[in-house]
Amino acid sequence: MSDMTEGPRDLPQGSDGEQDEGSRAPHRVIGTPPPAEARTLLASEQEPPQRPRIIVPTGPAAKRGERLVATFFLLSGLASIGFVASYVTLRPGSLVDTLRSNLTLGIAMSVAFGAIAIGAVLWLHLLMPKVEIPEDRHSIASSPAERAEFADTFAEGAERSGFVKRPLVRRSLLGASVLLGVAPLVVLRDLGPLPETKLRHTAWARGRRLLVLGPNTPIRPADFSSPGQMITVAPEGFEDNQDAMAKAATIIIKFRPGQLKPPTVMNWAVDNIVAYSKICTHVGCPVALYEQTTHRILCPCHQSTFDAARGAKVVFGPAPRALPQLPLGVDSEGFLISTNDYHVPVGPSFWELGGSGFSGGNEQS
Amino acid sequence: MSTTEKALEGTGRFLDDRLHGASGLNRFLRKIFPDHWSFLLGEIALYTFIILLLTGTFLTLFFQPSMTEVTYHGVYTPLDGVRMSEAYSSTLNISFDVRGGLLMRQIHHWAALLFIGAIMVHMLRVFFTGAYRKPREFNWLIGIIIFSIAIFEGLFGYSLPDDLLSGTGLKITQGVLESFPIVGTYLSFFLFGGQFPGHDIIPRLYVIHVLIIPAVLLALIAAHVFLTFHLKHTQFPGKGRTNANVVGAPMYPYFMAKTGAFFFFIFAVLALLSTFAQINPIWLFGPYNPSAITAGSQPDFYMGALEGALRMMPNWVWNVAGHTFAFNEFIPALLPLGIIFGGGAMWPFIEQWVTGDRGEHHILDRPRNAPTRTGIGVAAVVFYGVIWLEGANDVIANHLDISLFLTTWIARITVIVGPIIAYWVTKRVCLGLQRKDAHLLEHGIETGIIRQLPNGAYVEATRPVSENDEAVLISRTGLPPLPAPAADEEVPAKSMRGGMGRMRLALNRVVTEGIAAPTGNGHGEEHANGHGEPAAISGQGDQGRDGQDSGSSS
Repeated sequence: MSDMTEGPRDLPQGSDGEQDEGSRAPHRVIGTPPPAEARTLLASEQEPPQRPRIIVPTGPAAKRGERLVATFFLLSGLASIGFVASYVTLRPGSLVDTLRSNLTLGIAMSVAFGAIAIGAVLWLHLLMPKVEIPEDRHSIASSPAERAEFADTFAEGAERSGFVKRPLVRRSLLGASVLLGVAPLVVLRDLGPLPETKLRHTAWARGRRLLVLGPNTPIRPADFSSPGQMITVAPEGFEDNQDAMAKAATIIIKFRPGQLKPPTVMNWAVDNIVAYSKICTHVGCPVALYEQTTHRILCPCHQSTFDAARGAKVVFGPAPRALPQLPLGVDSEGFLISTNDYHVPVGPSFWELGGSGFSGGNEQS
Repeated sequence: MSTTEKALEGTGRFLDDRLHGASGLNRFLRKIFPDHWSFLLGEIALYTFIILLLTGTFLTLFFQPSMTEVTYHGVYTPLDGVRMSEAYSSTLNISFDVRGGLLMRQIHHWAALLFIGAIMVHMLRVFFTGAYRKPREFNWLIGIIIFSIAIFEGLFGYSLPDDLLSGTGLKITQGVLESFPIVGTYLSFFLFGGQFPGHDIIPRLYVIHVLIIPAVLLALIAAHVFLTFHLKHTQFPGKGRTNANVVGAPMYPYFMAKTGAFFFFIFAVLALLSTFAQINPIWLFGPYNPSAITAGSQPDFYMGALEGALRMMPNWVWNVAGHTFAFNEFIPALLPLGIIFGGGAMWPFIEQWVTGDRGEHHILDRPRNAPTRTGIGVAAVVFYGVIWLEGANDVIANHLDISLFLTTWIARITVIVGPIIAYWVTKRVCLGLQRKDAHLLEHGIETGIIRQLPNGAYVEATRPVSENDEAVLISRTGLPPLPAPAADEEVPAKSMRGGMGRMRLALNRVVTEGIAAPTGNGHGEEHANGHGEPAAISGQGDQGRDGQDSGSSS
């Protein structure tokens, strides 16, 4: 910065504020190439150009600008010190402490960065002379001579190596390279097991109790105080198993007598309680919203809507098939159990699903 | 002064003796950068990327990319005793126990949003001004690759904390992946190390997020910046600016000061946002649980288009020979962004083919001067915008109090009709603006001063536009004609024959549609478009004549 102000000391003082330095460039007509003098400023190969006369703003306004710029830089410095001070003095230990620490650190950091930014912009606008310099572009393409030379070099190398003339060497190398490129891909095989039929089965099986998720207690049909609720259940023994629950999460809804309609499989309902997979058949979000009055189950992700009273068939949205229905029964102690696994795969479609996945008793009508 | 100079000289000699840097560095310091606010958009992306690297590195020092279950006992008491993955618990620790951790996390997240947002706006600027034209097609392609992998980088980073919201996002990702024909199930099993969620996905996403993609991004961004530098920046038309020069201020000190200030400014804005605007409060969402979800949850904005496409798509599925084509999943996952990215990547080459313009372009187009391109660009924005809005259709339905299903139907129709209308309207507006420009050039600026002529007639005095404005106004150059039949033959040129040739000719008529450049004095012939073809806008050309302000015509 000292260079900036000391440089032009012996120059005649200009008026305050910004100077148009472009005045040294002669006036030109639009479309004509810039004068040769301007070019010599930039081409370093030619004889060292005359250093252009730099007129830096001086006078009281510039002095004020200088102080203003420095003030902002100092402010940034103070903010940095404040940042360290906040870091040292405010220790986390509770939510309030954390938020207070975040607030002070954040403000100090914002000021530390922002003040330098403002200072630099002010420096640019108040203390540096304005310039507008044209620079020539050069053709992007190389000259024909350069291209020819390159082609020669390339051909020469190809000839020396015999790459063209010795097809045996060339082809065996290419073949080996391809194999070398492909062979390591096999090590990716152990990234995961093969799908096999894993997507067709869940943790539900004959005689598995339904645990109400949360309290993790089994439930009797009589425990439903009133129809209409939707409850999420897990197969007993898998309530904490995320991998199992990602497919086995199930919802049960109790209806009033006569409300359940085909294609609901009535044999799989107990006391008007019906169980459906909670995994949306679109992309697998949990279908967590239930509207009692319309019996509609809604997936909050992409709004696939299913009619719970009619075998959870699709009413609207991007899901292509009904939520699979879980066959329910009651065990000797009166608790709800599954009498089998889901008859069709739960969750989103996959390549191997096939048409049978769309007709699992409660088919989409 | 002399001591400073001596010290600099000594250091310089020491370095140059070993690195031979003086001549190259001299050119570097003298490099001219044209000035325009829109040239800073790419810099926002560049600097947010640097901020992402800095804050991200800090976060890796404390984050545990592990799905091992732990029981939380930390500062955030509402989750005390809750079982969760180490990833989630360490994110809570970063937020509440590590000093400055919350700030860094929030800066990282805000910077990610700004990074992708800046890329989008920057790409729009480049598209609408034709900055991608020869010789900059490679940089345009690099930009598209950066954009597409930045979206994955964002998605993967956002998934790492293993909170309920991001876990649901991962489930959606997995569900879509699983639907891909033939390979989908295998891809899903290999990525997740088995069935969803498994225990492998977080560590795997972590290494992709902190190592693989950043390395690729860094290389691509370096190439992008280098090419920008090497090919010299484009400039807007103006007095003294030609296709053969670049007018602006030198790198040193002007551009350095400006760009340095800009970096600090962006950092300050991000710090300020992160101080006062909470983002991704994962402690409110709770740990991931495959059987739970929250309503009204929204992904980060750049995933909105994928989300919207999934919501918009009808539930079409084909079952063929025991296999399922889940069009309802892989079409929305691939098609909309495929159109945007693929179309964007091919556009420079399509445009060259249609216009036959294979020259270098260093002067930017004003969007109005390329009405077809601008129309297509706005159509793409509308296409993307409708899908993006559909990604929040539940929120929209809730706020506007309309049926959820109706929002989806509106989106399904608008996504097709909207871009067509947008194209047409934009093109008309562009042509109207061209007409206004022509009028300005021919008749000058209206001064509002009415003069009476000796013969009693009244005229409005006009003054010519300024030299700089004139340079801007005359910047619209006609396109070169397509290969024409030889003078004495009817047979079209070789590249214009057959079905492709006819299509090329038809498309060429569309892109060359424009108002004839005025001659500058008197009334220009408005019907010619440089090809001897009658202008497709015939009839409207008349409106542009004589005193009608045609800025709002048609």
